[in-house]
Amino acid sequence: MHGRPRKAPKPEDEAASTAKAQKLRALQSQFFSFHHDKIYTKEAVELSAKLLEINPESYTAWNYRKLAVEHYLSQPECNPDSVKSVLDDELRVVESALRQNFKSYGAWHHRKWVLSKGHSSINHELRLLDKFQKADSRNFHAWNYRRFVAHLMNRSEHDELKYTEDMIYTNFSNYSAWHNRSVLLSALLEKKAEGFLLKENVLPEEYEFIHQAIFTDPDDQSGWFYNLWLLDQTVTTDSPLLVSTWPTHGSDVLILRDGCQNGSSFSPFTTLHSESGSFPIVLYFNQPVEGVNSSTVTIECGFNKNGYLLWEPLSVSNSQAAQVWVAHLKFPTSELDSSVEVSVGHSKGIISTRGFQYCHPSSFSFNVHVQPVEKDSFQVSVAESILWREENFKVYSAQSEESIPIATFDQLCIKDGHDSTASNWRTEALAKEVECFRELLSLMDCKIGKLTLARLLTAYDAMSFPFANKLVHSEEVLKLYNDLMKLDPTHHRYYKDEHSLVVLQKMTSSKESLLQHCFQYKDSVSSVIANPICLRLNNLSLSRIGAFEKLLWVQMLDLSHNELQSIEGLEAMQLLSCLGLGHNKLRSITALEPLRKLKSLRVLDISYNQIGDHSIDTTRYLCSSPLSHSVGSELNTDETVISDAALVNYWEAFYMFKDLKLNQLDIVGNTIADEKFKSALVKIMPTLKRLDDELLN
Amino acid sequence: MDDIPPYPPIDPTTFDLIVIGTGLPESIIAAAASTASKSVLHLDPNPFYGSHFSSLPLADLPSFLSTHSTSPSSPRPHSSEDSNEFSVLDLSTRPLYSSIDISCFSPDLLDQNSRKFNLDVAGPRVFFCADKSIELILNTGANQYMEFKSIDATFVGDNKGNLLNVPDSRAAIFKDKSMGLKEKNQLMRFFKLVQGHLAGELDVKISDEDLQSPFVDFLNKMGLPPKIKSFILYAIAMADYDQEDTGVCRDLLKTKDGIDQLALYNASIGRFQNASGALLYPIYGQGELSQAFCRRAAVKGCIYVLRMPVTALLVDKDSGCYKGVRLASGQDIFSQKLILDPTFKVTLPSGSSPPPPLQAKLPFFSQKDDRGKIARGICITATSLKPDMSNFLVVYPPRSLFPEQATSIRLLQIASNLAVCPPGMFVLYISALCDGDDQGKKLIHAVMNTLLTVPPINSESNAAVQSETTESGKPTLLWSALYNQDLTLGQVDFICSTPMPDGKLNNDYLIDVAVKLFKKIYPEDEFFPQTSSENPEDDGDGDVSPET
Repeated sequence: MHGRPRKAPKPEDEAASTAKAQKLRALQSQFFSFHHDKIYTKEAVELSAKLLEINPESYTAWNYRKLAVEHYLSQPECNPDSVKSVLDDELRVVESALRQNFKSYGAWHHRKWVLSKGHSSINHELRLLDKFQKADSRNFHAWNYRRFVAHLMNRSEHDELKYTEDMIYTNFSNYSAWHNRSVLLSALLEKKAEGFLLKENVLPEEYEFIHQAIFTDPDDQSGWFYNLWLLDQTVTTDSPLLVSTWPTHGSDVLILRDGCQNGSSFSPFTTLHSESGSFPIVLYFNQPVEGVNSSTVTIECGFNKNGYLLWEPLSVSNSQAAQVWVAHLKFPTSELDSSVEVSVGHSKGIISTRGFQYCHPSSFSFNVHVQPVEKDSFQVSVAESILWREENFKVYSAQSEESIPIATFDQLCIKDGHDSTASNWRTEALAKEVECFRELLSLMDCKIGKLTLARLLTAYDAMSFPFANKLVHSEEVLKLYNDLMKLDPTHHRYYKDEHSLVVLQKMTSSKESLLQHCFQYKDSVSSVIANPICLRLNNLSLSRIGAFEKLLWVQMLDLSHNELQSIEGLEAMQLLSCLGLGHNKLRSITALEPLRKLKSLRVLDISYNQIGDHSIDTTRYLCSSPLSHSVGSELNTDETVISDAALVNYWEAFYMFKDLKLNQLDIVGNTIADEKFKSALVKIMPTLKRLDDELLN
Repeated sequence: MDDIPPYPPIDPTTFDLIVIGTGLPESIIAAAASTASKSVLHLDPNPFYGSHFSSLPLADLPSFLSTHSTSPSSPRPHSSEDSNEFSVLDLSTRPLYSSIDISCFSPDLLDQNSRKFNLDVAGPRVFFCADKSIELILNTGANQYMEFKSIDATFVGDNKGNLLNVPDSRAAIFKDKSMGLKEKNQLMRFFKLVQGHLAGELDVKISDEDLQSPFVDFLNKMGLPPKIKSFILYAIAMADYDQEDTGVCRDLLKTKDGIDQLALYNASIGRFQNASGALLYPIYGQGELSQAFCRRAAVKGCIYVLRMPVTALLVDKDSGCYKGVRLASGQDIFSQKLILDPTFKVTLPSGSSPPPPLQAKLPFFSQKDDRGKIARGICITATSLKPDMSNFLVVYPPRSLFPEQATSIRLLQIASNLAVCPPGMFVLYISALCDGDDQGKKLIHAVMNTLLTVPPINSESNAAVQSETTESGKPTLLWSALYNQDLTLGQVDFICSTPMPDGKLNNDYLIDVAVKLFKKIYPEDEFFPQTSSENPEDDGDGDVSPET
């Protein structure tokens, strides 16, 4: 039951509970001895029933009963009738336990277990459920069990949908009912059942339905959850789409091996420095996908004859699904001028995490130019350091013929993927929703209404963007988030994050606006970065970063003087070699996890953050430690390093930095950065040349 | 006096209280007095309980109405003989019903079933689940003599015959198909405001100034659209008069009263688990309520004599104080107090001045009804006004049927599952406040013409009309009784008399009057003291509406 205040126990209640505890303890010890000795006599089984009647949470007793049933079923003398009677006994015990506590996980599970045996009648179950759902219509255990029973009975989704609708009509403040509705609709849509063939026919009715609840009582949250689900269904295309790539279609990529650019006519945006003899190809999808490999993505070029490439998912969670995939294409040491064509999804196999096939085969091509090696430049680079000082940057004035490789959506090959007619209904649905929530906000001040409108406008802009070519609503969205930060301080951080994302989307939405943030680093050309263009997103009070799909080309990024607590998603920026994160609010080494995937990163500034401010960094335990078994094999190779006692204390730093080939690291201004830590860092990263502006030997 | 039937003699001949008439207020007072250990004699000239609140068989209703529509032709010749000690004041009946109009379009069908009808004389009348009468029924244990069912829905009607569902709760607003999203939001927010105010939440408190202002002004101030205003004023707060026309409105609802009505409505919804809506109706008709209190009184020792007319009052010659009554049997019975049915009035001997206390009339009862009339109609059909629905209330707000309509017209359809008519039939009770007979008829006819097919008079014998709905889809009228009833107020002078059924939908006013009268005659006694052993709330839960 909901909304019933707890009462303080009266003295007589306490006495009763003491007596109950005593009785329970006696029963329990008896029960455990039976359980231990594997005694499954009638008497012993009855004792467990008695125990469960008093305490349905005693899951050991439920397991014991399962063992007892199994034991009985294995007896030679059992026949179908007696089996049924034994199982019916189990159902009775569950029922009386549920009467005691109808939210007992163990009891519901036991009932499922009994029914799965297939010997009991399930007709009684719906009646029992009706009783429980009448007593508490939001009991999610009952709803859960209902889905189980409906499945077992092969009850049609239509019948269940009708039932769910009736429950919603009785009282629409019912998370479980709305949730069940979303489950049933998903099933019907997936089956393409009669009347549920097309999402575009089903969703408008659902919107209409949920509006009734939201307008009637905007303070009730359950309806908003369903609305959010609908919004997700509208925005997310079933089949995944490729939204951007690096290199972009039609671009000319200049690759410098260990050297500097010597006055070529190539755009600095597509000039790349590579020590490793390979360059990355990045695929950016609109949702996490699996199955990107050399059979689903094929490459044709003059120098990689066998066409095999190892595709790697860029996800922090190490799962096999990721929104961004990278492969490193090796190029020959000789001078080269070759075109590369990448074809995505011409053979099946790329699947979204929801199970939908990638079904918009597309391809893109670009030219690669490799410049010969200049031997002596390496020495110079050691002495040089990158300083994130204002005077080192000057506004970049683009030559008119240069194109920033952000206009991925302009590339025909990718645009093919957007089936414009199919997404019409989505745009229309969103436009309708926008209108609807504008009306709600005109009637009353409503936080969740504002949030929904902001989400709708963002989604609407994103959806119509390839055609409208402008984020028309970003100002309105930013204002909504600003309002929300004031109205609802409790969730300030969330609004701030969303605000930051919109700021970034807006900034990256056009060449003009992006160019305002492009700077040239010094006059001289650094050795570590072949590309002197630095994207400066500093001093924007960003708390989160996004719009990565438009920033895949960036090699030097200044994010200093923001309010970043996380750099989630940064792993997509595979070309990044210099990263400024100074003066932010990063609180732990583990927050840097995305950097582990950035193979090109050489210069990192994390000075003046809050790393180590909090003596207990709980996230530290989320990363593999030398003490945990899971990464044992990975660590074996580094045994010599890890045996160093100093490093054991900094295992998360070891984990984070050991694979990075940093030349320069600034970590000053963090609590953690004492001499001990710094000396540990030097041990972890033998490549390090500079630490906090000190030249290392 | 040879023609006087053999009335049984009554023994004892002295009581604390004599109550004449078994209408609702009289029955409540009789039960309350008996509970307070008074000796009570309860008399009724009719052979049934309930008087003007009774539920009667079809054939008995016309005769009851007509008996009470004319003054007796002449006063009884013998009754004013004074005895030595008393003056004898003749009691005469006063005409309470006028312009009675009974039409029958299906004589056979109805004749066969006359006894299967229980027609409320004072309909339409219902209970709110949380109103004073339900409270009283539960407190007194009278619920053990009654059973209730929930009224399924409330509608607002228009002149085209449409019935719009009244969204009276959160679930109903959500489910409603006729309101726009904006209206839903406005209405629910208004409900929440009222709930917040009632719950004492400071940030939503309605100001005193607003509480004293007219409710309709407050609704305007809240920016509610006309349709919703009309729902709230007439179908939830149940206002009688046009609240937006001060020229015709005799009872302008204050915000405070409007909110109280909303509170009552809100408390009524969901009070009983098996009653879905806010309203209840008793099985076997409203007459059951008076009877339940009579039974309650009888259990406490009240003596009942039906079919016993009272011919005169006995008053002390010197003081002019009431002493007792003379029965039609000729027997004189004495009591300290008397409660008189509104049917009767005291005829003073010509030339004599009334006894002194008579001259000092007390402004005892509020004059809200302004002594107007109420037009009532009872219609019988064989089809429901609303398919798939049996029992429901329809409100026609002022001006909804015709421009001069100054008062709300209410219609209550009750089906055979409430045992008021034979299976397959429906009883419609209609009422509206009015000034005169013509106006009253016009109001009732307006509803009938909107909702029913009234067969032409000459087709009376045509049996084919009896149950079929005509092409227009409106149910066909089988029988109707239209009458106007006087709204007499209760009265307190040297005797106390009870009021006629009022124009409200429920019995709260009548209960107030009964309590006042009881307090007047027994200021020292408690009106139905709570017995600590009983917990009426718990008992009531199951009993009040055992079926839905």
